Amino acid sequence: MSIIDLRGPVPTSTPAPDRPRRRFSPARSRRWLRAHGLQLYAVVAFAYIFTPIAYVMVFSFNIPARSNIAWRGFTLANWENPCGAPEVCNAVGNSLKIGLSATLIATVLGTMIAFALSRYRFRGRTSTNLLIFLPMATPEVVLAASLLTLFLNLKVPLGFVTIVIAHVMFCISFVVVAVKARIAALDPRLEQAAADLYATEFETFRRITLPLLAPGIAGAALLAFSLSFDDFIITNFVSGNVNTFPKFVYVSAQRGIPAQAYVVGSFMFLLAMTIVLVVEAVRWRRSVKK
Amino acid sequence: MALAVAAHTPGSGTPAPPPSSSRKRRPILLVLLLPGLAWLGVFFLVPIFTLLGTSTQSPAPSGEIGAFVQTFSFGNYGRVISDYHEQFVRSFVYAGLATVLTLLIAYPLAYMIAFKAGRARNLLLVLVVAPFFTSFILRTVAWRQILADQGFVVSSLKFLHLIPQGATVTASGVAVVAGITYNFLPFMTLPLYASLERIDPTLIEAGGDLYGNGFAVLRKVTFPLSLPGVVAGTLLTFIPAAGDYVNASLLGNTRTQMVGNVIDSRFFRVVDYPTAAALSFVLMAAILVLVFLYVRKAGTEELV
Repeated sequence: MSIIDLRGPVPTSTPAPDRPRRRFSPARSRRWLRAHGLQLYAVVAFAYIFTPIAYVMVFSFNIPARSNIAWRGFTLANWENPCGAPEVCNAVGNSLKIGLSATLIATVLGTMIAFALSRYRFRGRTSTNLLIFLPMATPEVVLAASLLTLFLNLKVPLGFVTIVIAHVMFCISFVVVAVKARIAALDPRLEQAAADLYATEFETFRRITLPLLAPGIAGAALLAFSLSFDDFIITNFVSGNVNTFPKFVYVSAQRGIPAQAYVVGSFMFLLAMTIVLVVEAVRWRRSVKK
Repeated sequence: MALAVAAHTPGSGTPAPPPSSSRKRRPILLVLLLPGLAWLGVFFLVPIFTLLGTSTQSPAPSGEIGAFVQTFSFGNYGRVISDYHEQFVRSFVYAGLATVLTLLIAYPLAYMIAFKAGRARNLLLVLVVAPFFTSFILRTVAWRQILADQGFVVSSLKFLHLIPQGATVTASGVAVVAGITYNFLPFMTLPLYASLERIDPTLIEAGGDLYGNGFAVLRKVTFPLSLPGVVAGTLLTFIPAAGDYVNASLLGNTRTQMVGNVIDSRFFRVVDYPTAAALSFVLMAAILVLVFLYVRKAGTEELV
Protein backbone atom coordinates (compact mmCIF):
# COMPACT_ATOMS: atom_id res chain seq x y z
CA MET A 1 0.00 0.00 0.00
CA SER A 2 2.66 2.41 1.09
CA ILE A 3 4.84 1.68 -1.88
CA ILE A 4 2.07 2.85 -4.13
CA ASP A 5 1.65 6.00 -2.08
CA LEU A 6 5.33 6.68 -2.24
CA ARG A 7 5.33 6.73 -5.99
CA GLY A 8 1.95 8.22 -6.65
CA PRO A 9 0.84 11.80 -6.05
CA VAL A 10 -0.05 12.93 -2.57
CA PRO A 11 -3.69 12.02 -2.01
CA THR A 12 -5.82 15.11 -2.31
CA SER A 13 -8.74 13.84 -0.30
CA THR A 14 -8.73 16.12 2.70
CA PRO A 15 -8.36 14.25 5.94
CA ALA A 16 -10.39 15.04 9.00
CA PRO A 17 -8.56 17.92 10.67
CA ASP A 18 -9.05 16.47 14.12
CA ARG A 19 -7.24 13.25 13.23
CA PRO A 20 -4.09 14.28 11.43
CA ARG A 21 -2.40 10.99 12.27
CA ARG A 22 -4.47 9.07 9.74
CA ARG A 23 -3.32 11.22 6.87
CA PHE A 24 -1.19 9.57 4.22
CA SER A 25 1.81 11.60 3.25
CA PRO A 26 4.98 10.70 1.41
CA ALA A 27 6.99 11.35 4.55
CA ARG A 28 4.77 9.05 6.56
CA SER A 29 4.93 6.28 3.99
CA ARG A 30 8.67 6.66 3.78
CA ARG A 31 8.86 6.31 7.54
CA TRP A 32 6.59 3.27 7.40
CA LEU A 33 8.69 1.77 4.67
CA ARG A 34 11.88 2.40 6.62
CA ALA A 35 10.40 0.65 9.64
CA HIS A 36 8.78 -2.22 7.81
CA GLY A 37 10.61 -2.41 4.49
CA LEU A 38 12.75 -5.33 5.60
CA GLN A 39 9.72 -7.26 6.79
CA LEU A 40 8.02 -6.57 3.49
CA TYR A 41 11.14 -7.79 1.69
CA ALA A 42 11.19 -10.95 3.81
CA VAL A 43 7.61 -11.72 2.84
CA VAL A 44 8.55 -11.47 -0.84
CA ALA A 45 11.70 -13.55 -0.30
CA PHE A 46 9.77 -16.30 1.48
CA ALA A 47 7.15 -16.28 -1.27
CA TYR A 48 10.03 -16.88 -3.70
CA ILE A 49 11.50 -19.64 -1.51
CA PHE A 50 8.15 -21.42 -1.29
CA THR A 51 7.04 -21.04 -4.92
CA PRO A 52 8.38 -24.37 -6.24
CA ILE A 53 7.38 -26.17 -3.03
CA ALA A 54 3.82 -24.93 -3.40
CA TYR A 55 3.91 -25.96 -7.04
CA VAL A 56 4.98 -29.50 -6.13
CA MET A 57 2.22 -29.72 -3.52
CA VAL A 58 -0.50 -28.44 -5.81
CA PHE A 59 0.52 -30.77 -8.63
CA SER A 60 0.53 -33.77 -6.30
CA PHE A 61 -3.26 -33.42 -6.49
CA ASN A 62 -3.34 -33.31 -10.28
CA ILE A 63 -5.31 -35.96 -12.18
CA PRO A 64 -2.61 -38.38 -13.31
CA ALA A 65 -1.52 -38.77 -16.88
CA ARG A 66 1.70 -39.77 -18.55
CA SER A 67 3.36 -36.54 -17.47
CA ASN A 68 2.44 -34.04 -14.80
CA ILE A 69 2.74 -30.71 -16.59
CA ALA A 70 -0.71 -29.36 -17.45
CA TRP A 71 -3.34 -28.99 -14.74
CA ARG A 72 -6.16 -31.47 -15.38
CA GLY A 73 -8.18 -31.23 -12.20
CA PHE A 74 -8.15 -32.03 -8.52
CA THR A 75 -7.96 -35.60 -7.27
CA LEU A 76 -6.88 -37.43 -4.13
CA ALA A 77 -6.03 -40.55 -6.13
CA ASN A 78 -2.26 -39.98 -6.08
CA TRP A 79 -2.20 -39.55 -2.32
CA GLU A 80 -4.44 -42.57 -1.74
CA ASN A 81 -2.28 -44.76 -3.92
CA PRO A 82 1.31 -43.47 -3.97
CA CYS A 83 2.49 -46.82 -5.35
CA GLY A 84 0.26 -46.35 -8.40
CA ALA A 85 3.52 -45.70 -10.22
CA PRO A 86 5.50 -48.74 -9.03
CA GLU A 87 8.90 -47.31 -10.00
CA VAL A 88 8.33 -44.42 -7.61
CA CYS A 89 7.77 -46.70 -4.64
CA ASN A 90 10.67 -48.90 -5.59
CA ALA A 91 13.00 -45.90 -5.87
CA VAL A 92 11.78 -44.42 -2.57
CA GLY A 93 12.30 -47.79 -0.87
CA ASN A 94 15.89 -47.90 -2.09
CA SER A 95 16.48 -44.31 -1.01
CA LEU A 96 15.13 -45.06 2.47
CA LYS A 97 17.29 -48.18 2.85
CA ILE A 98 20.40 -46.34 1.64
CA GLY A 99 19.60 -43.29 3.75
CA LEU A 100 19.11 -45.29 6.95
CA SER A 101 22.27 -47.38 6.47
CA ALA A 102 24.43 -44.39 5.56
CA THR A 103 22.99 -42.31 8.41
CA LEU A 104 23.66 -45.01 11.00
CA ILE A 105 27.28 -45.55 9.95
CA ALA A 106 28.09 -41.87 9.37
CA THR A 107 26.53 -40.78 12.67
CA VAL A 108 28.48 -43.34 14.71
CA LEU A 109 31.81 -42.70 12.97
CA GLY A 110 31.33 -38.93 12.86
CA THR A 111 30.34 -38.67 16.53
CA MET A 112 33.42 -40.68 17.50
CA ILE A 113 35.69 -38.34 15.55
CA ALA A 114 33.93 -35.31 17.04
CA PHE A 115 34.66 -36.65 20.54
CA ALA A 116 38.29 -37.32 19.72
CA LEU A 117 38.73 -33.83 18.28
CA SER A 118 37.02 -32.05 21.19
CA ARG A 119 38.37 -34.07 24.09
CA TYR A 120 41.92 -34.97 23.12
CA ARG A 121 44.91 -33.04 22.00
CA PHE A 122 47.08 -35.12 19.75
CA ARG A 123 49.60 -34.81 16.99
CA GLY A 124 47.87 -34.67 13.62
CA ARG A 125 44.86 -32.83 14.97
CA THR A 126 45.19 -30.13 12.32
CA SER A 127 45.49 -32.64 9.50
CA THR A 128 42.47 -34.51 10.87
CA ASN A 129 40.47 -31.29 10.81
CA LEU A 130 41.62 -30.69 7.25
CA LEU A 131 40.63 -34.21 6.20
CA ILE A 132 37.17 -33.58 7.68
CA PHE A 133 36.85 -30.21 5.97
CA LEU A 134 38.07 -31.15 2.48
CA PRO A 135 35.15 -33.36 1.37
CA MET A 136 32.76 -30.51 2.20
CA ALA A 137 34.85 -28.10 0.13
CA THR A 138 35.08 -30.35 -2.92
CA PRO A 139 32.41 -30.12 -5.61
CA GLU A 140 30.19 -33.18 -5.64
CA VAL A 141 31.00 -34.05 -9.21
CA VAL A 142 34.70 -34.36 -8.34
CA LEU A 143 33.95 -36.61 -5.36
CA ALA A 144 31.70 -38.65 -7.62
CA ALA A 145 34.22 -38.95 -10.46
CA SER A 146 37.09 -39.91 -8.18
CA LEU A 147 35.07 -42.56 -6.34
CA LEU A 148 33.92 -43.97 -9.65
CA THR A 149 37.53 -44.28 -10.88
CA LEU A 150 38.35 -46.13 -7.63
CA PHE A 151 35.51 -48.59 -8.11
CA LEU A 152 36.30 -49.04 -11.81
CA ASN A 153 39.99 -49.68 -11.11
CA LEU A 154 39.21 -52.21 -8.39
CA LYS A 155 36.40 -53.70 -10.50
CA VAL A 156 33.91 -53.24 -7.65
CA PRO A 157 30.38 -53.85 -8.97
CA LEU A 158 28.31 -50.67 -8.68
CA GLY A 159 25.10 -50.85 -6.64
CA PHE A 160 23.63 -50.60 -3.18
CA VAL A 161 26.95 -51.06 -1.35
CA THR A 162 28.87 -48.49 -3.39
CA ILE A 163 26.08 -45.94 -2.89
CA VAL A 164 26.16 -46.43 0.89
CA ILE A 165 29.98 -46.17 0.90
CA ALA A 166 29.79 -42.87 -0.98
CA HIS A 167 27.00 -41.45 1.18
CA VAL A 168 28.80 -42.30 4.42
CA MET A 169 31.91 -40.60 3.03
CA PHE A 170 30.22 -37.25 2.40
CA CYS A 171 27.97 -37.40 5.49
CA ILE A 172 30.75 -38.02 8.06
CA SER A 173 32.16 -34.49 7.78
CA PHE A 174 28.77 -32.87 8.33
CA VAL A 175 28.13 -35.05 11.39
CA VAL A 176 31.55 -34.21 12.84
CA VAL A 177 31.00 -30.47 12.44
CA ALA A 178 27.49 -30.57 13.91
CA VAL A 179 28.34 -32.78 16.90
CA LYS A 180 31.60 -30.94 17.64
CA ALA A 181 29.66 -27.69 17.99
CA ARG A 182 27.29 -29.37 20.47
CA ILE A 183 30.18 -30.74 22.52
CA ALA A 184 31.75 -27.29 22.64
CA ALA A 185 28.44 -25.91 23.94
CA LEU A 186 28.29 -28.42 26.83
CA ASP A 187 28.70 -27.02 30.32
CA PRO A 188 31.95 -28.65 31.55
CA ARG A 189 30.80 -28.24 35.17
CA LEU A 190 28.21 -31.00 34.71
CA GLU A 191 30.88 -33.57 33.90
CA GLN A 192 33.10 -32.26 36.69
CA ALA A 193 30.21 -32.66 39.11
CA ALA A 194 29.78 -36.28 38.05
CA ALA A 195 33.46 -36.90 38.58
CA ASP A 196 33.26 -35.25 42.00
CA LEU A 197 30.50 -37.72 42.85
CA TYR A 198 32.90 -40.57 42.14
CA ALA A 199 31.50 -41.53 38.75
CA THR A 200 34.04 -43.29 36.59
CA GLU A 201 34.91 -41.78 33.25
CA PHE A 202 32.68 -44.26 31.46
CA GLU A 203 29.74 -43.71 33.83
CA THR A 204 30.07 -39.96 33.37
CA PHE A 205 30.02 -40.43 29.64
CA ARG A 206 27.04 -42.78 29.66
CA ARG A 207 24.87 -40.97 32.21
CA ILE A 208 25.79 -37.32 31.72
CA THR A 209 27.59 -36.58 28.46
CA LEU A 210 25.70 -38.83 26.08
CA PRO A 211 22.18 -37.87 27.26
CA LEU A 212 23.11 -34.19 27.06
CA LEU A 213 24.42 -34.65 23.55
CA ALA A 214 21.60 -36.88 22.35
CA PRO A 215 19.55 -34.07 20.76
CA GLY A 216 22.63 -32.78 18.96
CA ILE A 217 23.51 -36.23 17.69
CA ALA A 218 19.92 -36.77 16.59
CA GLY A 219 20.04 -33.48 14.72
CA ALA A 220 23.26 -34.52 13.00
CA ALA A 221 21.67 -37.85 12.05
CA LEU A 222 18.67 -36.03 10.60
CA LEU A 223 20.99 -33.84 8.58
CA ALA A 224 22.91 -36.88 7.34
CA PHE A 225 19.69 -38.62 6.36
CA SER A 226 18.39 -35.65 4.42
CA LEU A 227 21.74 -35.24 2.62
CA SER A 228 21.72 -38.91 1.70
CA PHE A 229 18.07 -39.10 0.70
CA ASP A 230 18.35 -36.04 -1.52
CA ASP A 231 21.74 -36.74 -3.08
CA PHE A 232 21.75 -37.00 -6.82
CA ILE A 233 25.16 -36.31 -8.39
CA ILE A 234 27.30 -38.76 -6.40
CA THR A 235 24.55 -41.38 -6.40
CA ASN A 236 24.17 -41.08 -10.14
CA PHE A 237 27.86 -41.86 -10.64
CA VAL A 238 28.21 -44.86 -8.32
CA SER A 239 24.74 -46.46 -8.41
CA GLY A 240 24.93 -48.72 -11.43
CA ASN A 241 21.42 -50.02 -12.05
CA VAL A 242 20.02 -49.22 -8.61
CA ASN A 243 17.37 -46.54 -8.77
CA THR A 244 16.97 -43.93 -6.05
CA PHE A 245 14.26 -41.32 -5.73
CA PRO A 246 16.31 -38.32 -6.98
CA LYS A 247 17.73 -40.44 -9.78
CA PHE A 248 14.26 -41.57 -10.79
CA VAL A 249 12.96 -37.99 -10.89
CA TYR A 250 15.97 -36.79 -12.88
CA VAL A 251 15.75 -39.56 -15.45
CA SER A 252 11.98 -39.29 -15.86
CA ALA A 253 12.14 -35.49 -16.12
CA GLN A 254 12.77 -35.97 -19.85
CA ARG A 255 9.71 -38.12 -20.57
CA GLY A 256 7.35 -37.05 -17.79
CA ILE A 257 7.33 -37.39 -14.02
CA PRO A 258 4.36 -39.29 -12.56
CA ALA A 259 2.24 -37.32 -10.08
CA GLN A 260 3.12 -39.86 -7.38
CA ALA A 261 6.65 -38.46 -7.31
CA TYR A 262 5.12 -35.11 -6.36
CA VAL A 263 3.22 -36.89 -3.58
CA VAL A 264 6.48 -38.29 -2.23
CA GLY A 265 8.12 -34.84 -2.42
CA SER A 266 5.19 -33.18 -0.65
CA PHE A 267 4.97 -35.90 1.98
CA MET A 268 8.69 -35.70 2.83
CA PHE A 269 8.36 -31.93 3.09
CA LEU A 270 5.35 -32.08 5.40
CA LEU A 271 6.91 -34.79 7.54
CA ALA A 272 10.21 -32.94 7.98
CA MET A 273 8.43 -29.64 8.63
CA THR A 274 6.26 -31.29 11.27
CA ILE A 275 9.26 -32.81 13.05
CA VAL A 276 11.19 -29.56 13.04
CA LEU A 277 8.24 -27.43 14.13
CA VAL A 278 7.32 -29.81 16.98
CA VAL A 279 10.92 -29.78 18.23
CA GLU A 280 10.97 -26.01 17.94
CA ALA A 281 7.66 -25.68 19.81
CA VAL A 282 8.88 -27.92 22.63
CA ARG A 283 12.08 -25.91 22.94
CA TRP A 284 10.12 -22.67 22.93
CA ARG A 285 7.77 -23.86 25.66
CA ARG A 286 10.71 -24.93 27.78
CA SER A 287 12.37 -21.57 27.39
CA VAL A 288 9.13 -19.83 28.36
CA LYS A 289 8.81 -21.97 31.50
CA LYS A 290 12.31 -21.07 32.57
CA MET B 1 24.74 -26.13 5.70
CA ALA B 2 26.13 -27.90 8.71
CA LEU B 3 28.82 -25.29 8.90
CA ALA B 4 26.18 -22.71 9.46
CA VAL B 5 24.10 -24.87 11.75
CA ALA B 6 27.18 -25.43 13.82
CA ALA B 7 28.10 -21.78 13.71
CA HIS B 8 24.92 -20.56 15.31
CA THR B 9 24.80 -23.13 18.06
CA PRO B 10 25.20 -21.21 21.30
CA GLY B 11 28.57 -21.42 22.90
CA SER B 12 30.39 -22.65 19.84
CA GLY B 13 32.39 -19.45 19.82
CA THR B 14 34.75 -20.38 22.63
CA PRO B 15 35.78 -24.02 22.49
CA ALA B 16 37.73 -25.02 25.56
CA PRO B 17 41.22 -26.22 24.75
CA PRO B 18 41.06 -30.02 24.86
CA PRO B 19 43.26 -31.63 27.46
CA SER B 20 46.31 -33.40 26.17
CA SER B 21 45.87 -37.13 26.08
CA SER B 22 47.75 -39.17 28.59
CA ARG B 23 49.52 -42.34 27.53
CA LYS B 24 46.74 -44.41 29.05
CA ARG B 25 44.11 -42.84 26.82
CA ARG B 26 45.92 -43.43 23.53
CA PRO B 27 44.01 -46.64 22.71
CA ILE B 28 40.67 -44.92 23.25
CA LEU B 29 41.73 -42.09 20.98
CA LEU B 30 42.72 -44.52 18.25
CA VAL B 31 39.44 -46.41 18.52
CA LEU B 32 37.54 -43.15 18.23
CA LEU B 33 39.48 -41.79 15.29
CA LEU B 34 40.55 -44.71 13.18
CA PRO B 35 37.31 -46.07 11.69
CA GLY B 36 36.07 -42.69 10.47
CA LEU B 37 39.43 -41.45 9.25
CA ALA B 38 40.07 -44.76 7.51
CA TRP B 39 36.74 -44.39 5.71
CA LEU B 40 37.66 -40.89 4.55
CA GLY B 41 41.17 -42.04 3.65
CA VAL B 42 40.03 -44.97 1.53
CA PHE B 43 36.97 -43.38 -0.05
CA PHE B 44 38.04 -39.75 -0.30
CA LEU B 45 41.86 -39.46 -0.42
CA VAL B 46 42.71 -42.64 -2.33
CA PRO B 47 40.10 -41.90 -5.04
CA ILE B 48 41.77 -38.52 -5.67
CA PHE B 49 44.87 -40.49 -6.65
CA THR B 50 42.97 -43.02 -8.75
CA LEU B 51 41.35 -40.03 -10.45
CA LEU B 52 44.79 -38.62 -11.16
CA GLY B 53 45.90 -42.05 -12.40
CA THR B 54 42.91 -42.47 -14.68
CA SER B 55 43.37 -38.97 -16.09
CA THR B 56 46.68 -39.91 -17.73
CA GLN B 57 45.52 -43.16 -19.30
CA SER B 58 44.98 -43.81 -23.00
CA PRO B 59 42.56 -46.12 -24.81
CA ALA B 60 43.74 -49.74 -24.81
CA PRO B 61 45.37 -50.88 -28.08
CA SER B 62 42.76 -53.64 -28.32
CA GLY B 63 40.21 -50.93 -29.02
CA GLU B 64 37.77 -52.43 -26.54
CA ILE B 65 35.29 -49.85 -25.20
CA GLY B 66 35.95 -48.90 -21.60
CA ALA B 67 39.44 -50.46 -21.52
CA PHE B 68 42.33 -48.08 -20.83
CA VAL B 69 46.01 -48.48 -20.13
CA GLN B 70 48.29 -46.26 -18.10
CA THR B 71 50.53 -44.26 -20.43
CA PHE B 72 51.17 -41.18 -18.28
CA SER B 73 49.92 -39.05 -21.11
CA PHE B 74 49.64 -35.68 -19.44
CA GLY B 75 48.66 -34.37 -22.83
CA ASN B 76 45.10 -35.27 -21.81
CA TYR B 77 45.15 -32.14 -19.69
CA GLY B 78 46.13 -29.85 -22.52
CA ARG B 79 43.46 -31.46 -24.66
CA VAL B 80 40.61 -31.06 -22.17
CA ILE B 81 41.53 -27.45 -21.51
CA SER B 82 41.61 -26.56 -25.20
CA ASP B 83 38.49 -28.63 -26.00
CA TYR B 84 36.36 -27.59 -23.07
CA HIS B 85 37.63 -24.16 -21.96
CA GLU B 86 34.26 -22.78 -22.98
CA GLN B 87 32.40 -25.03 -20.49
CA PHE B 88 34.96 -24.22 -17.82
CA VAL B 89 34.55 -20.48 -18.27
CA ARG B 90 30.79 -20.88 -18.35
CA SER B 91 30.79 -22.91 -15.12
CA PHE B 92 32.72 -20.22 -13.28
CA VAL B 93 30.73 -17.36 -14.79
CA TYR B 94 27.38 -19.00 -13.95
CA ALA B 95 28.55 -19.95 -10.47
CA GLY B 96 29.96 -16.45 -9.91
CA LEU B 97 26.77 -14.72 -11.11
CA ALA B 98 24.62 -17.01 -9.00
CA THR B 99 26.83 -16.37 -5.96
CA VAL B 100 26.48 -12.60 -6.34
CA LEU B 101 22.71 -12.94 -6.80
CA THR B 102 22.29 -15.19 -3.75
CA LEU B 103 24.35 -12.71 -1.71
CA LEU B 104 22.11 -9.83 -2.81
CA ILE B 105 18.93 -11.78 -2.10
CA ALA B 106 20.10 -13.41 1.13
CA TYR B 107 21.74 -10.44 2.85
CA PRO B 108 18.58 -8.41 3.58
CA LEU B 109 16.77 -11.60 4.51
CA ALA B 110 19.48 -12.69 6.95
CA TYR B 111 19.65 -9.13 8.31
CA MET B 112 15.92 -9.08 8.89
CA ILE B 113 15.98 -12.44 10.68
CA ALA B 114 18.94 -11.43 12.83
CA PHE B 115 17.73 -7.97 13.89
CA LYS B 116 14.01 -7.58 13.29
CA ALA B 117 12.43 -10.98 13.75
CA GLY B 118 12.28 -11.11 17.55
CA ARG B 119 10.87 -14.39 18.74
CA ALA B 120 10.10 -15.59 15.23
CA ARG B 121 13.85 -16.00 14.51
CA ASN B 122 14.02 -19.76 14.84
CA LEU B 123 10.82 -20.26 12.91
CA LEU B 124 12.09 -18.09 10.05
CA LEU B 125 15.37 -20.01 9.98
CA VAL B 126 13.38 -23.20 9.59
CA LEU B 127 11.53 -21.59 6.69
CA VAL B 128 14.86 -20.66 5.08
CA VAL B 129 16.00 -24.29 5.02
CA ALA B 130 12.51 -25.57 4.15
CA PRO B 131 13.45 -26.17 0.48
CA PHE B 132 15.89 -28.85 1.67
CA PHE B 133 12.90 -30.86 2.83
CA THR B 134 11.71 -31.44 -0.71
CA SER B 135 13.81 -33.09 -3.34
CA PHE B 136 16.39 -30.86 -4.99
CA ILE B 137 15.63 -32.35 -8.40
CA LEU B 138 11.88 -31.96 -7.92
CA ARG B 139 12.27 -28.28 -7.00
CA THR B 140 14.35 -27.69 -10.10
CA VAL B 141 11.80 -29.47 -12.28
CA ALA B 142 9.10 -27.35 -10.64
CA TRP B 143 10.93 -24.18 -11.67
CA ARG B 144 11.19 -25.48 -15.21
CA GLN B 145 7.43 -25.99 -15.23
CA ILE B 146 6.72 -22.62 -13.59
CA LEU B 147 8.93 -20.75 -16.07
CA ALA B 148 7.69 -22.72 -19.07
CA ASP B 149 6.50 -20.76 -22.09
CA GLN B 150 2.84 -21.59 -21.51
CA GLY B 151 3.23 -21.09 -17.74
CA PHE B 152 1.67 -18.34 -15.68
CA VAL B 153 4.84 -16.30 -15.08
CA VAL B 154 6.01 -16.06 -18.66
CA SER B 155 2.55 -15.37 -20.06
CA SER B 156 2.00 -12.55 -17.54
CA LEU B 157 5.38 -11.02 -18.36
CA LYS B 158 4.48 -11.19 -22.04
CA PHE B 159 1.08 -9.68 -21.37
CA LEU B 160 2.77 -6.77 -19.59
CA HIS B 161 5.24 -6.49 -22.48
CA LEU B 162 8.13 -6.86 -20.06
CA ILE B 163 9.62 -9.50 -22.33
CA PRO B 164 9.16 -9.88 -26.09
CA GLN B 165 6.33 -12.11 -27.31
CA GLY B 166 8.55 -14.80 -28.77
CA ALA B 167 10.85 -15.02 -25.78
CA THR B 168 11.45 -18.16 -23.79
CA VAL B 169 12.83 -18.22 -20.28
CA THR B 170 13.60 -21.89 -19.86
CA ALA B 171 16.31 -23.62 -21.83
CA SER B 172 18.58 -20.60 -21.45
CA GLY B 173 21.57 -19.41 -19.49
CA VAL B 174 19.33 -17.07 -17.54
CA ALA B 175 17.24 -20.00 -16.35
CA VAL B 176 20.34 -21.96 -15.34
CA VAL B 177 21.70 -19.06 -13.28
CA ALA B 178 18.25 -18.52 -11.76
CA GLY B 179 18.02 -22.20 -10.85
CA ILE B 180 21.46 -22.23 -9.22
CA THR B 181 20.61 -19.03 -7.36
CA TYR B 182 17.42 -20.52 -5.98
CA ASN B 183 18.91 -23.88 -5.04
CA PHE B 184 21.87 -22.46 -3.13
CA LEU B 185 20.07 -19.62 -1.34
CA PRO B 186 19.98 -21.40 2.06
CA PHE B 187 23.74 -22.06 1.86
CA MET B 188 24.22 -18.29 1.72
CA THR B 189 21.51 -17.21 4.16
CA LEU B 190 22.52 -19.41 7.09
CA PRO B 191 26.18 -18.34 7.43
CA LEU B 192 25.20 -14.71 6.83
CA TYR B 193 22.64 -14.99 9.61
CA ALA B 194 25.17 -16.67 11.91
CA SER B 195 27.63 -13.81 11.59
CA LEU B 196 25.03 -11.02 11.63
CA GLU B 197 23.46 -12.46 14.75
CA ARG B 198 26.76 -12.16 16.62
CA ILE B 199 27.07 -8.43 15.94
CA ASP B 200 26.47 -6.34 19.03
CA PRO B 201 23.46 -4.14 18.11
CA THR B 202 24.93 -1.28 20.16
CA LEU B 203 27.70 -1.01 17.57
CA ILE B 204 25.11 -0.33 14.91
CA GLU B 205 23.38 2.18 17.17
CA ALA B 206 26.74 3.84 17.77
CA GLY B 207 27.12 4.19 14.01
CA GLY B 208 23.77 6.00 13.93
CA ASP B 209 24.74 8.18 16.88
CA LEU B 210 27.83 9.26 14.98
CA TYR B 211 25.51 10.63 12.27
CA GLY B 212 26.01 7.75 9.87
CA ASN B 213 22.92 7.36 7.72
CA GLY B 214 21.50 3.89 7.15
CA PHE B 215 23.68 3.16 4.17
CA ALA B 216 26.88 4.47 5.77
CA VAL B 217 26.30 2.35 8.87
CA LEU B 218 25.70 -0.69 6.68
CA ARG B 219 28.84 -0.03 4.66
CA LYS B 220 31.16 0.91 7.52
CA VAL B 221 29.86 -1.11 10.45
CA THR B 222 27.46 -3.94 9.68
CA PHE B 223 28.92 -5.30 6.47
CA PRO B 224 32.56 -5.41 7.63
CA LEU B 225 31.49 -7.14 10.83
CA SER B 226 29.50 -9.71 8.86
CA LEU B 227 32.42 -10.45 6.54
CA PRO B 228 33.13 -13.94 7.95
CA GLY B 229 29.57 -14.89 7.04
CA VAL B 230 29.93 -13.37 3.58
CA VAL B 231 33.10 -15.37 2.95
CA ALA B 232 31.61 -18.62 4.29
CA GLY B 233 28.36 -18.13 2.37
CA THR B 234 30.00 -17.28 -0.94
CA LEU B 235 32.29 -20.32 -0.67
CA LEU B 236 29.43 -22.63 0.30
CA THR B 237 27.53 -21.37 -2.74
CA PHE B 238 30.28 -21.00 -5.31
CA ILE B 239 32.07 -24.33 -4.84
CA PRO B 240 29.07 -26.64 -5.27
CA ALA B 241 27.57 -24.34 -7.91
CA ALA B 242 30.68 -24.56 -10.12
CA GLY B 243 30.45 -28.35 -10.10
CA ASP B 244 26.69 -28.57 -10.45
CA TYR B 245 25.20 -29.90 -13.64
CA VAL B 246 21.62 -30.63 -12.61
CA ASN B 247 20.46 -27.04 -13.16
CA ALA B 248 22.29 -26.81 -16.47
CA SER B 249 20.76 -30.02 -17.72
CA LEU B 250 17.19 -29.45 -16.48
CA LEU B 251 16.95 -25.70 -17.13
CA GLY B 252 19.46 -25.15 -19.90
CA ASN B 253 20.12 -26.21 -23.46
CA THR B 254 23.10 -27.67 -25.30
CA ARG B 255 24.76 -24.25 -25.42
CA THR B 256 24.56 -23.74 -21.65
CA GLN B 257 26.47 -26.88 -20.67
CA MET B 258 28.77 -26.67 -17.69
CA VAL B 259 31.82 -28.79 -16.88
CA GLY B 260 29.71 -31.16 -14.82
CA ASN B 261 27.60 -31.99 -17.86
CA VAL B 262 30.70 -32.84 -19.86
CA ILE B 263 32.15 -35.00 -17.07
CA ASP B 264 28.85 -36.86 -16.77
CA SER B 265 28.50 -37.49 -20.49
CA ARG B 266 32.20 -38.44 -20.92
CA PHE B 267 31.80 -41.06 -18.18
CA PHE B 268 28.45 -42.52 -19.13
CA ARG B 269 27.64 -41.74 -22.76
CA VAL B 270 31.06 -41.72 -24.40
CA VAL B 271 32.78 -44.06 -21.90
CA ASP B 272 35.93 -41.95 -22.09
CA TYR B 273 37.20 -42.19 -18.53
CA PRO B 274 40.58 -40.45 -18.98
CA THR B 275 38.99 -37.30 -20.39
CA ALA B 276 36.32 -37.26 -17.67
CA ALA B 277 38.97 -37.76 -14.98
CA ALA B 278 41.21 -35.01 -16.39
CA LEU B 279 38.22 -32.64 -16.52
CA SER B 280 37.36 -33.41 -12.89
CA PHE B 281 40.92 -32.85 -11.82
CA VAL B 282 41.18 -29.52 -13.62
CA LEU B 283 37.87 -28.44 -12.10
CA MET B 284 39.09 -29.28 -8.61
CA ALA B 285 42.43 -27.53 -9.13
CA ALA B 286 40.79 -24.43 -10.59
CA ILE B 287 38.36 -24.18 -7.69
CA LEU B 288 41.15 -24.64 -5.14
CA VAL B 289 43.16 -21.84 -6.75
CA LEU B 290 40.16 -19.50 -6.93
CA VAL B 291 39.17 -20.24 -3.33
CA PHE B 292 42.73 -19.72 -2.15
CA LEU B 293 42.99 -16.34 -3.90
CA TYR B 294 39.58 -15.30 -2.63
CA VAL B 295 40.24 -16.25 0.98
CA ARG B 296 43.56 -14.44 0.91
CA LYS B 297 41.92 -11.35 -0.45
CA ALA B 298 39.00 -11.57 1.94
CA GLY B 299 41.44 -12.02 4.80
CA THR B 300 42.80 -8.55 4.18
CA GLU B 301 40.69 -5.41 4.02
CA GLU B 302 40.68 -5.58 0.21
CA LEU B 303 37.23 -7.11 -0.16
CA VAL B 304 35.27 -4.14 1.12
